[in-house]
Amino acid sequence: MNRRNFLSGMFPTLMAPSVINGFSVRPVSPSPYLDALLGYATETDHVLVVIQMNGGNDGLNMVIPRSSYSAYFNARTNIAIPESKILTLNGKAETGLHPSMTGMQSLYNDGKLAIVQAVGYPNPNFSHFRATDIWMSATDSNVVNSSGWGGRYLSEEYPNFPTGYPNSAMPDPLAIQIGSVTSLMLQGPAFNMGMSITNPTSFYNLVNGIQDPAPPGNAGKELTYIRTVAQQTQQYATVIKDAAAKVVVQNPYPTGNNLGDQLKIVARLIKGGLKTRVYMCSIGGFDTHSLQVVASDTTTGTHANLMKQLSDAVKAFMDDLKFLQIDDRVMGMTFSEFGRRIKSNSSVGTDHGAAAPLFVFGSKVSPGVLGVNPTIPTNVTVNDNIPYQYDFRSVYGTLLQNWFCAGTTTVQTVLFRNFQNLPLVQSAACTTGLDDLNQSAGETLIVSYPNPFTASTKISFKTTGGHVLIQVLDNQGRLIANLVDKEYLQGKYEIQFNGETLIPGVYYLRFQNGPLQQVKSMLKLR
Amino acid sequence: MAGLLQSNPCSLKTITIPAIPNYTGTWGNQEVTHLLKRTLFGMKKQDLLYFSGKTLTQTVDELINPTAPLPAPPLKTYVNDNIAAGDPDLNIAIGQTWVDTHTTDGTAQSRRRSSLKAWWLGLQLNQDRSIREKMVMFWHNHFAIETNDVSNARYYYRHVNLFRTYALGNFKTLVREVTMDSAMLVYLNGQLNTKAAPDENYSRELQELFTLGKENNPNYTEDDVKTAARVLTGWRNDAVNNKSYFDVARHDTGNKVFSSFFNNTNIVGRNTADAGTLELDDLLNMIFSKKAEVSNFIVKKLYRWFVYYEITPAVETSVIKPLAQLLVDSNWDIKPVLRDLLMSQHFFDSSSRACYIKSPLDLSVGLIREYNVVIPDAADVVSQYNHWNNFRNLASNMQQNLGDPPDVSGWKAYYQAPGFYEIWINSDTYPKRNQFTDQMVGNGYTFNSKRVVVDAVGYARTLIAPHDPNALISEIVQLIYSVPMSQSTRDQLKKDILLSGQTSDHYWTDAWTAYMAAPTNTALFNVVNDRLKALLKYLMNLPEYHLI
Repeated sequence: MNRRNFLSGMFPTLMAPSVINGFSVRPVSPSPYLDALLGYATETDHVLVVIQMNGGNDGLNMVIPRSSYSAYFNARTNIAIPESKILTLNGKAETGLHPSMTGMQSLYNDGKLAIVQAVGYPNPNFSHFRATDIWMSATDSNVVNSSGWGGRYLSEEYPNFPTGYPNSAMPDPLAIQIGSVTSLMLQGPAFNMGMSITNPTSFYNLVNGIQDPAPPGNAGKELTYIRTVAQQTQQYATVIKDAAAKVVVQNPYPTGNNLGDQLKIVARLIKGGLKTRVYMCSIGGFDTHSLQVVASDTTTGTHANLMKQLSDAVKAFMDDLKFLQIDDRVMGMTFSEFGRRIKSNSSVGTDHGAAAPLFVFGSKVSPGVLGVNPTIPTNVTVNDNIPYQYDFRSVYGTLLQNWFCAGTTTVQTVLFRNFQNLPLVQSAACTTGLDDLNQSAGETLIVSYPNPFTASTKISFKTTGGHVLIQVLDNQGRLIANLVDKEYLQGKYEIQFNGETLIPGVYYLRFQNGPLQQVKSMLKLR
Repeated sequence: MAGLLQSNPCSLKTITIPAIPNYTGTWGNQEVTHLLKRTLFGMKKQDLLYFSGKTLTQTVDELINPTAPLPAPPLKTYVNDNIAAGDPDLNIAIGQTWVDTHTTDGTAQSRRRSSLKAWWLGLQLNQDRSIREKMVMFWHNHFAIETNDVSNARYYYRHVNLFRTYALGNFKTLVREVTMDSAMLVYLNGQLNTKAAPDENYSRELQELFTLGKENNPNYTEDDVKTAARVLTGWRNDAVNNKSYFDVARHDTGNKVFSSFFNNTNIVGRNTADAGTLELDDLLNMIFSKKAEVSNFIVKKLYRWFVYYEITPAVETSVIKPLAQLLVDSNWDIKPVLRDLLMSQHFFDSSSRACYIKSPLDLSVGLIREYNVVIPDAADVVSQYNHWNNFRNLASNMQQNLGDPPDVSGWKAYYQAPGFYEIWINSDTYPKRNQFTDQMVGNGYTFNSKRVVVDAVGYARTLIAPHDPNALISEIVQLIYSVPMSQSTRDQLKKDILLSGQTSDHYWTDAWTAYMAAPTNTALFNVVNDRLKALLKYLMNLPEYHLI
């Protein structure tokens, strides 16, 4: 059995998450206590590029179930892609791609693309905002959390951030968002771990940021002055500009393709030597309630253009990575807050739906189609949705564990519990086991030991003097306890925290001393 | 003639011609905002609503005529640890004032100073709709003395009360009071100034920093400094009775003859118990006879405090000189000058708007006020003072420590050419400013389990149409910025933040409506709260937020 067949046959039916309620922990690492004590980050030069497709992508017209074409056609006659136009995948006759996705087709056939079918979660939410927040925060649909999975992961890897950063061990931004506002995905428990490089305080010259011209006269003079200082003091300005400046020649990208423009910057910064782990890009316009296709030719129209932009941009990016000889270091994934309804509406469009396929791309990907084509009812009704086969957090967890080589404790801490590991990454991706000093870079102001703990743990902290506040917050940011709230003289102190009555899970220690703040996670076990 | 009062005694003070032309343009939200942000610490939406129903004249008259009595004194909120046994301070209960109790204990003094400074910041936070607190800061910057050097907190309390009492009063009277003020007698060594060992410290600053200034090339001599010091000999402090007094035994009773700059004035020496005040009056009459120098100096300082730091030759001619003449004509009353300045065409010119860089206190106190941030809770004075002290400390980290200016010259932002206000913003303070605004919108600050944080949703609920993302952004920008924001930038912010990348406005409207229908639903609340917080953070990270 070749690998592709193995993958396709492995998960034939809808999978429930491995744990639905509560929190189970299986310490696989031989010594999590030692890990926690040493607090070292994982040595890896791997980069993850996340592409957000804003609006809810119609997955059923992106990855098309050829094997049940008549049911598919029946469900969405006015927008269905003609069977003959569907792009085929080598060795995977039952599934095909939207005709605009020639780039993705060639990536698949070259073994650089994995397709994960029907990714979602239980009790799907159909609001853009909530669904986006759920995907970014990686929580259950009924749980509200104001931090993002990427931010929590980076907070585990670089727990002192931003105190003492940048430094020689990590001179670069931890995460970069190509856009004007840093998203929830990169929000850590206390600090946002990412920076936006159209951020008005920084890089107008790299990307067209959104900045109004200074008004004339005295107001303009003072505004220009503050903007200049803001630019100079953006602590990562120089490293990013220097990295970008090192790369002069890149493989061509499609013109008029905004996502391509974004990915071009990403490739440039990676090649330029940034140690940044996570990049985030986005492409909007997927909220196709009406006129998703041109009625006279369903292979054209809004959604076709979006499919083409995505496919062309990713293909150009992959070609450029290869040209720049950094293709082995980069893995990418796409996601959208939800898929769309199976049945199309009478406005030649589709309404908000549930699960949808996503792409994972890169030269180290385990190629193939994970999962089976969604089942399409023969008498489809307007309320029918595609049930999920894979929890989206399984994709995150897999990338954290098998691409970022994170330990299982870290993965559980970030995602709040265990999720099924998926065969998406070539097993050789995480072979190095070297530790680096990222975690001890920057000044450690508070630490707990043991961590994980079962009943109680000892908290050590260092104050410069004055008022000290130490809070315990749960993973939703609720205050569990104020451990310390008083004046201290400069020095090191220890307190014992008894967490016997807490339910198992992730907790955060928040330390505040004058203007200094630091947040560390603790894992409470059963 | 500028500032002329009509000579008919019957109409005296009823008909006045402004010293500089009054503003006659549109009196709308932008103008009210400009005026309020310069005269208050930050502007609440309620302040804007309150004054937008009034005329410019009514607004300025209300701002410059505060009616509130002196505030209640600072309270003891500190612990007794390490205060010497038997010290009277130990008998003051938490929540009672310390200003009536003498202490000789250094620790108690230090804690009282901290209490005083916190209290002062609290007064700024809870200011009424008047210019008083901004004027108290103006005088604090003008007669800049440091609590740490004064040490005695009761003295400093009286010193601050002096500014609050004379905030909009007569400048010459204030100079007279400050000269005999206990805190000033300590800070500039007046209490050590005796006929046997004259000390020129106060005498020099009285002329150089407090009245004549250096900018206008006054040609007073070094001998004038020494001679004025002799006039001022004999003043002492009485810590037990918390007052200053004149001791004629220490006074130089000889005649004091000044240079030609002062027309060779001879202040006749006296040896009576009232010699101190009589000779002081002679000295101030002599100094204030240099009308042009003194009036120009003070009017320029007021101009830099309220309008802009750069004084062009045109401004000198058309604004400074006429207002200086008005100050002389009004016999050194400050209020008429402020009134004409704040009502002037020049004050509302585009060249005077949005060019003022917020001081750290404008930023921190202003932010708390403009978002109606509640400091919990009024009944818990210890928490209140802790929070007030925290904000004072944050402003101090941004280089403005209330009660402790850098030196007797005040903060450099108001006198140091060529940078002036720009001195507030540098590679150290700018990130601190951003961290402060981030934290106020994020986790806030907590003491005694009482948290101070911006309530983004609560704030949005006070706005006109929070369900409409366009109206919401426009109103917030109008309230917290002084520079306009283009439609394209507002659209981009709406799309990127409020709509999470979507293009249809109704997604925000739906989210807001759903929250309003079920305000206790955490998930619905978070959807709008996260986005509003991101919006406020973003707006306050922009350089525009630092201009008023």
